[in-house]
Amino acid sequence: MRKLCLEKVYEFAKNDERIFFMGSDLGFGTLNQFKEEIPGRFLMEGVNEANIIGIAAGLALEGRIVYVNTIATFITRRCFEQVVLDLGLHNVNVRLIGNGGGVVYAPLGPTHLAIDDIAILRAIPNMTIVAPADEAEMGRLMPLTVEHPGPMYIRLGKGNEPILTTDDIPFAIGKVFPMREGSDALIITTGVTLKASLDAADTLKQQGISTAVLHVPTVKPLDTTALLEHMASVPVVVTIEEHTLMGGLGSAVAEIVAEANFNPSKRFKRIGIPDVFPDKYGAQLDVMARYGISAEKLVAVVEVLSQ
Amino acid sequence: MSNSPTIAEPPNADSPGLDRRSRALRKIVVRILEGSRRGHLGAAYSLIEILRVLYDDILRYDPKNPKWSARDRCILSKGHGCLALYAILADKGFFPKTELDKFCQEDGILGGHPEASKVPGVEASTGSLGHGLSIGIGFALNARYAQTDSRTFVILGDGESNEGSVWEAAMCAGKHKLSNLTVLVDYNKHQSYGSTFEVQDLEPFADKWRAFGFAATEVDGHDVEALRSALTQVPFESDKPSAIICHTIKGKGISYAENNLKWHHKNKISDEEIQSMLAELEVGVDA
Repeated sequence: MRKLCLEKVYEFAKNDERIFFMGSDLGFGTLNQFKEEIPGRFLMEGVNEANIIGIAAGLALEGRIVYVNTIATFITRRCFEQVVLDLGLHNVNVRLIGNGGGVVYAPLGPTHLAIDDIAILRAIPNMTIVAPADEAEMGRLMPLTVEHPGPMYIRLGKGNEPILTTDDIPFAIGKVFPMREGSDALIITTGVTLKASLDAADTLKQQGISTAVLHVPTVKPLDTTALLEHMASVPVVVTIEEHTLMGGLGSAVAEIVAEANFNPSKRFKRIGIPDVFPDKYGAQLDVMARYGISAEKLVAVVEVLSQ
Repeated sequence: MSNSPTIAEPPNADSPGLDRRSRALRKIVVRILEGSRRGHLGAAYSLIEILRVLYDDILRYDPKNPKWSARDRCILSKGHGCLALYAILADKGFFPKTELDKFCQEDGILGGHPEASKVPGVEASTGSLGHGLSIGIGFALNARYAQTDSRTFVILGDGESNEGSVWEAAMCAGKHKLSNLTVLVDYNKHQSYGSTFEVQDLEPFADKWRAFGFAATEVDGHDVEALRSALTQVPFESDKPSAIICHTIKGKGISYAENNLKWHHKNKISDEEIQSMLAELEVGVDA
């Protein structure tokens, strides 16, 4: 997913003089071809994210489209004010590409776990947040990032995620994608938790619970109208995300549910990381499973709420 | 240091008296305060001559076409000094002077910190400290890539130079040898709580800039001739960004506001204070 994302940036840059790439201190050889062929628009500035975001804003104020890539935690937490003011307030065309959204860097511990990136960025006016589920979807998203107005955050998964989305439906920033139909329950997911959602829906179907799955790759702006339509016809709504429960997709959907005055009201539950710093290492999927970000947990929650 | 240009007078203890133009610009600031009765007066009055020389003699711009692509860019990174910036921009015709009467008011465009989307001539929204130099590097890198001769000037505060992001940016500008970038530091030696020497000492200040790859010099920041002389000689070296440490006096021009932290940001400015400021600005040595 990351490789394709960056390759697309290089591909676009070859034909579009507006496009710049900026990195902090990325892995040796990253986008080497870009660097060699278009050195004037390739900037590797070291471990100084606040400065990098400011430079990106300056370039974008001059009409450039700047793709900035580094580890997700550093691009969101460390330089938060620069992202708010230099990018958000100026409403400039800078795309932040966050490596390892969620718990991808589980072996490296809490400093590298981007479990709050969506919450942090949701609070910034003008910011668009996208979290594709797989490489195929990334491939459909990237061409749209060139002309999209304003700052954007692109959340990257670990890579090699199973391909679950299809080219039948064109990607649109700000739109949701129904992946399964169902009338008893609705699972709402973003990013790589689509896999657990589809697996859960399959299991639940076998148990006689007809479960819809709605994939929400754009967490902001949220397609509220479509979400309300999909939620209207089911009694049970469960959200799942590789993110803290404080302020991510689940919170955003909860805000919509709470203001919608559904009658009868929905049975609603969020699945995600509780309000803790994950305190054990291991692999991404292990950490996710420990906090119930899994098909098994989804099945159990939907079963309970459907009773 | 060997790379220090030898163009400027050392900081002058006997700062020259303010000429007619310097006093006129300060009176425009009083006009702004008359409407709002509040503002960062001390931080603005240390800055007047720096802005005056930039906009009178150095910068290329067109007030009728503020986004003219060939213009020089100027960022007031110490955004709280905006009373001075608004005075000069209005004087140059970037926006009608009537806007000055609506400082910090609901129907105005001039806030307590400058916003690029609202004020013609303001290149970047500033106010939170430590942002302007990085944005300026973006401007300068773009000019270099586009092969234009547009230059970028960034005005920093001394208190602002406590921010780590300033030095991230300094390191980066040095690395890129951005000779089209000039930093001017308004070194009035006071920050909100007290003197810079007590709160967070910046010395050896010019040497710090040199160590980060700049060619640096020091001038009396109220000496119009010294500022003009320094600014007409940038870049001081062909492969380095330039830094000009401007030794200034906080609140310069109003005797009781000079070096007086009560006037760093002043609220509830009275009629009597307005009148006494205007009276003091009437008196001076006309150049």
